[in-house]
Amino acid sequence: MRDGESNVLNNVLDQFRRGDPATFDDAFETLFHLHQRTVFGWLMRIVRNPAAAEDLTVETFWRIYRAHARFDPSREFEAWARTIATHAALDWLRTQRSETELLLDVAAPLASDPAISAEIRRKTAAAFSRLPPKLRIAAVLAVVEELPHKEVAAALGISVTAVKVRVFRALRLLRKDLQRQGITP
Amino acid sequence: MNAHEEDRMKQLLKQALPPPGDTEPERDLWPAMLRRLDARPAPVPWFDWALAGGLAVFAVVFPASIPVFLYYL
Repeated sequence: MRDGESNVLNNVLDQFRRGDPATFDDAFETLFHLHQRTVFGWLMRIVRNPAAAEDLTVETFWRIYRAHARFDPSREFEAWARTIATHAALDWLRTQRSETELLLDVAAPLASDPAISAEIRRKTAAAFSRLPPKLRIAAVLAVVEELPHKEVAAALGISVTAVKVRVFRALRLLRKDLQRQGITP
Repeated sequence: MNAHEEDRMKQLLKQALPPPGDTEPERDLWPAMLRRLDARPAPVPWFDWALAGGLAVFAVVFPASIPVFLYYL
């Protein structure tokens, strides 16, 4: 980023954080337009449902709007927004019943392993949707999206060790659920 | 669960949850954001709080005034 653009962005972030009524709304709108795609994309990776991701993007920016005074200028805005979005997604997942359409109405994988039948994939997705939301988010980001544990930890506001524990617990519970259905992964 | 089983579960999970597809919103979400901002409850003006506080203090200092207030309500 050029110095001029960087200065403008820093100025916008400063206006946003200070919350001065004369400049706050414009600063917020600028930040919304700059980051709505990133926040939406992040939420899609978690909830995998475009309608829910749209609603959650608005919810995330609503939380950002209210929490402007808590924004730490030494931190990246995008990382802060990701943390807020992750918590909004977690709250949303908690309100959903298990085995919802979440994860089940998406297209078939592009390069599926022929040894894994469509039925096993469907049952795995269903079993995954029954896991506790906090385990699901850790597993989907760390295993499916293959994000570094450090990034997942920052988004969830937990330690890297806690991410590893959550991923391990998610996989173990998933395996048990599948075994109960007579599937030996 | 050993390391081999863990790797196998990871593979299975990746196969079961396909890529999320389009990670760009289909439309600009700013209009939806504006609706959300407009729906926020109207803040109570500071002078309403000051008036309520003043009345409460007055009632504590002059408790005999309470029936008079109630009479005029």
